Amino acid sequence: MGLEQIYSEILSEHNNSKRNKHHIDNPTTVLKGVNPSCGDEIELELRERDGVIEDAAFTGIGCAISQASTSIMIDLIKGKTKEEAIELSKLFFGMIKNEITDEDQLEPLDEAIALKDISHMPARVKCAVLAWHTLENAVEGEHAANHEH
Amino acid sequence: MNPYLDDFPVLKEPMNGKRLVYLDNAATTQKPLSVLRAVEDYYRAFNANPHRGLYELSVRATEAYENARHQVKEFIGADKDEEIIFTRNASESLNLVAYSYGLNFLNEGDEIVLPVSEHHSNLVPWQMVAKAKGAKLVYLYPDATGHLTEEEINSKITPKTRIVAVAHVSNVLGTVNPVREIAEKAHAVGAVVVVDCAQSIPHYPVNVKELDADFVAFSGHKMLAPMGIGVLYGKQELLDKMPPFLSGGEMIEYVYEQEATFAPLPQKFEAGTQNVGGALGLAAAIDYLKQVGYDTIMKTESELLRYMLDGMAQIPHITVYGDTTGATERCGVVSFNVDDVHPHDVSSILDADGVAIRAGHHCAQPLMRYLKVNATCRASLYFYNTKEDIDIFLASLKKVRGWLGYGA
Repeated sequence: MGLEQIYSEILSEHNNSKRNKHHIDNPTTVLKGVNPSCGDEIELELRERDGVIEDAAFTGIGCAISQASTSIMIDLIKGKTKEEAIELSKLFFGMIKNEITDEDQLEPLDEAIALKDISHMPARVKCAVLAWHTLENAVEGEHAANHEH
Repeated sequence: MNPYLDDFPVLKEPMNGKRLVYLDNAATTQKPLSVLRAVEDYYRAFNANPHRGLYELSVRATEAYENARHQVKEFIGADKDEEIIFTRNASESLNLVAYSYGLNFLNEGDEIVLPVSEHHSNLVPWQMVAKAKGAKLVYLYPDATGHLTEEEINSKITPKTRIVAVAHVSNVLGTVNPVREIAEKAHAVGAVVVVDCAQSIPHYPVNVKELDADFVAFSGHKMLAPMGIGVLYGKQELLDKMPPFLSGGEMIEYVYEQEATFAPLPQKFEAGTQNVGGALGLAAAIDYLKQVGYDTIMKTESELLRYMLDGMAQIPHITVYGDTTGATERCGVVSFNVDDVHPHDVSSILDADGVAIRAGHHCAQPLMRYLKVNATCRASLYFYNTKEDIDIFLASLKKVRGWLGYGA
């Protein structure tokens, strides 16, 4: 497994820029996601109106993969309906589990495709999926859960 | 050339196309061929349930198992074989003391004193005891170099103290705690001293008399033995008055419908069929360690540690925790961070060069909070490591920030 596929420019850019890492005004949902075994901790903030995710951001600490994955996800879900966001998360899980590999099918994931090769690094899968699991729980109105796999 | 390398076949396994550089010895050590053979010989030649069968094979298994106990007793300088209880690991040993001694001999308002640097296995069981009995946990905080000062020890151990739980060596900072001084103070107030030697006995001679410990716990797998075998040493007068921890087969004398009487030590604390193969593996590991000698182990490791710390000091953007000056005694456990890079990323990047280190909170979350870090990287040495290992580690470490788009 080459590091080039993991520590790509997209990942570094998202990990370093912090542009999605802040609080938002009047969030309708704030949900924590934790990987207890490694200490990745994010708090996702969403503002929904009429079923559309109007704004999203996050705070927290974690490795480059968890932070970049969260940031990329936020870019993707802003302006999407809740249903569309859930569809994207399913696609993302499919990609990380190496179940969906067809490039055309993965296209909606856009920059998140940069994380495709995490599927070959079992130890880091939980870092990549943390944000998406948190999103799923936030949108489906569940309580914060531990995402240790 | 390190003369011991040939005894450890796993160290020749290629990792990611590179030579394995194994620097996660504080998590578990690799096993020499003699240990692997001892386990295999047991299952090939004399496997039977010890203590039970009245036939020759079972007698042999019993003898081998009890010889292993005797060997452990000699190795740590205990008085009697009965004071050596086989467990699965240090965690189980410490739980045994917490549940059997702590829950039965502590009362409301009593205090349990322990360093904030303790591994969760010598901390969480005491939290359970404190909650159940209304006792209080009192923490010892280290100074900037990771050491417990006499002042801190003297101010926290008081007549209210009933138990002092302390690691001989910290699994995060490598600090050697002043166990003897702590035990002296604890015994002066009538407290019982529980010492976690999981990180010391692989590298340092452990003598229960010299430590003046009431209980000592350690794991086989961190000292060349297989996983799943551990030891609890306890002073006989304490073990005698403690009720069994686990109950069932093999630990009883007479069982009636409504009550039972228990076997004498050590069987009282060894319920169910034991890990005989593991115990024989541990005995072989002790033989191997004696053959290498603690003098050689300590000398090799302290040279490698100095070399590693000096090399790390040359690399910008690295923070090493604990004492780096060499002024005080420490083991070859080095926790560090690379600026702006999460330890998991550091570990993955080093892994690509075949270098195995640990990243995370090292089962010491209270210490991480006290150090104000979320997690650290940890490289830990053993006598089979070489300068070449350290060179590969340092070269890989230099490249880490580059992978994340930082200048250097």
